[in-house]
Amino acid sequence: MDWRTPRTGGLALLAAVILVLPLALVNNYWYEVAILIGINAIVCVGLNLLIGYAGQISLGHAGFFGLGAYGSAILTARYGWPPVAALAATTAGVALLALVVGRPILKLKGHYLAMATLGMGIIISIVVVTEDGLTGGPDGMSVPAFTLFGLTFAGERVWYWIVGAALLGAVWLALNLIESPAGRALRALHGSEVGAQVSGIDATRAKVGIFVISAIFASVAGSMTAHYSGFVTPGKVGFFHSIELVTMVVFGGMASTFGAVVGAAALTLLPQLLTVLKEYEMVVFGAVMIATMVFMPRGFLPSLVFELKKKK
Amino acid sequence: MSAQLAQYLLGGLTVGAIYALVALGFSIIYNASQVINFAQGEFVMIGGMATVSLANAGLPLLLAVPVAVLAAAGVGLALEKFAVEPARGASVVTLIIITIGASILLRGLATLVWDKNLHALKPFSGEQPIEFAGATILPQSLWVLGVTLAIVLLLGWFFGRTLTGKAMLATSHNPLAAQLCGVNTRFVLLLSFGLSAALGAIAGILIAPITLTSWDVGVMLGLKGFAAAILGGLGSGAGAVVGGLVLGIVESLGAGYVSSAYKDAIAFVIILAVLFFMPSGLFGRKSAERV
Repeated sequence: MDWRTPRTGGLALLAAVILVLPLALVNNYWYEVAILIGINAIVCVGLNLLIGYAGQISLGHAGFFGLGAYGSAILTARYGWPPVAALAATTAGVALLALVVGRPILKLKGHYLAMATLGMGIIISIVVVTEDGLTGGPDGMSVPAFTLFGLTFAGERVWYWIVGAALLGAVWLALNLIESPAGRALRALHGSEVGAQVSGIDATRAKVGIFVISAIFASVAGSMTAHYSGFVTPGKVGFFHSIELVTMVVFGGMASTFGAVVGAAALTLLPQLLTVLKEYEMVVFGAVMIATMVFMPRGFLPSLVFELKKKK
Repeated sequence: MSAQLAQYLLGGLTVGAIYALVALGFSIIYNASQVINFAQGEFVMIGGMATVSLANAGLPLLLAVPVAVLAAAGVGLALEKFAVEPARGASVVTLIIITIGASILLRGLATLVWDKNLHALKPFSGEQPIEFAGATILPQSLWVLGVTLAIVLLLGWFFGRTLTGKAMLATSHNPLAAQLCGVNTRFVLLLSFGLSAALGAIAGILIAPITLTSWDVGVMLGLKGFAAAILGGLGSGAGAVVGGLVLGIVESLGAGYVSSAYKDAIAFVIILAVLFFMPSGLFGRKSAERV
C-alpha cells in the first residue's frame, strides 16, 4: 500500500491527529472547540465537493445545516420521535429538498447561481425565525440528548469521538467519490461544461447529485450539533454562517479535501484566539481574510504543498 | 386606485430607488472587473454614519454630505488599490471572499470609529407628510426619488457622452480590446470602485432619515442591492434601476397584502422564480460559452 496518497496516508494522518489531539485538550472548553472544528469540517468537506470539484458555488449551505439541526430538534422535542428516526427522516427530507430545488438552481451559472443559493438560504432562515410556534423563533429551542439502544450520548468527551469518527467517515467518502467515475465527471464539468457534455456526461444530473450529497453532509452535521449542544438557535442558519463555510473551503484550498478540513480548523480557531483583541476582533479577522486570499489565492494547503514541492 | 395601494406603491418606490442606487454600484464594478463587490453595502453604511457624525459635530448638511461621499469614495479607492488590485487574476470565488473580508473589516472599523448604536439623521426638509392620490408621502421620500432620478440621468450622460464613460463601457465589453485602443483599464478599475462607493454613500445618506443608520445597516441593503442587480441582469444599468424598483415594490406589496414577517422572503422567492425562467435576469446579456 502506498502511504503517500491522500486516500491512505492522508486519512491515516487525520486519524492519528484525532486520536492524539485529546492529550492537548486541557479542559471542556477546548473539547468544545475541537468538536466545533469537526462539525464545520464535515460540512466543508461536502461543500468542497460542490465548490472545489464541481465548480458550483453555494452561498446557502447554512440553510441545509439549519434544516438538519431544526429537523432533528423539532421531531424529537415536539413530536417525541426517537433521535435515530428523527435523524434519518430529517436527512431524507433535506436530500429530497436539495433534489427538488437543485434542478432549477443548478441550471444557473456563476453569479446568478450565487444569488439563487443565497436566496434559498435566506428564505430558509426567515422561515426558521418566523415560525416560532415550531422553532422557538429567534430564542431557539432545546433538544433532548441523543439516545440509542437505551444508551444516552452526552458530554464533550463522548461527542468528541462521535464527531471525530463522523469526520473520518466523511473524508473517506469524499476521497473515494472524487476518484470514482462520478468524481471524474465532476472535474470534467469544472474544466468545461460543454466539453464534458460532448463526452457524454449528463451535466445537470452530475451537478444535482453532488448538490444533494453536500446537502446531506451539512444536514447530518446540523443534526449532530443539535443533539450535542442540546440547543438550536437561528444564528447557525443565517447568511453569515453560509459565508463562513464558503470562506473555510476557499481558505483551506479549493479542490483539496484535507484543505477543507484545515480551512475549517483555522477559521474556527481564529475567532477563539482573536477574542483577546476584544473590539479589534472584526478588523483583524477581516484583514486576515483579505491577506490570505491576496497572498495565497489558491488557498492555504495547496500553496503550502506547492512551496514544499518546490524546495525538493 | 385605492389609497392603500397607492401608499404601498409610494413606499415601495422609495425603498426601490435606494436598492437601485446600490445595484448600480454592483453593476459598475462588475462591468469593470467581473468582481461582485460584497462590501458594497458598507459604502451605504459609511455614507449614512459619516454624515450623521459630521452633522452632530456641527457641520451644515450641505457640507457634511459631500465630505461623507468623498470619504466613502476614498474607502472604495483604497479597497481597489490594496485588496482587489493585488489579487488580479485570482478566481471569482477568491475575489468574492476578499470583498467579504473587506466588508467585515469595514464593519469592524465602523464600530471603532463610531459605535454600535442606532443613529438618526434629520430629514433634509421637514417631516410634514404631503397628501398625494389619497396617500401620504414624506418629503424625504421625494428627496430619495428626485436624487435617484438625477443620478440615473447623470450616469446616462456620463456613459453615453463623455470619453471616460465610453472608456469604461468599452472595458466592460472587452478589456483587452479597450486596452489596445489606449484605454487605461487600471484607471477604469480604480474609477469604478470610487464611483460605486460614492453611489452607495449617497443611497445611505438619502435613506438615513427614514430608516435610521448603524454600523451593520449595510448587510441587508447590500444583499438587496445585489439581488436587484441580478434581477435586472448583471452589468446592465437600466436593469439595475428596474430591478431595484421592482424589488422595492414587490417587497412593499408583499408586506402589505401577504405578510410583513415574510417581507424579505417574498422578495427572494420572486427573484428565484424570475431566475428559473430567465437565467440571465430581465435585461441580462445572453451568454455564449466557448470550449
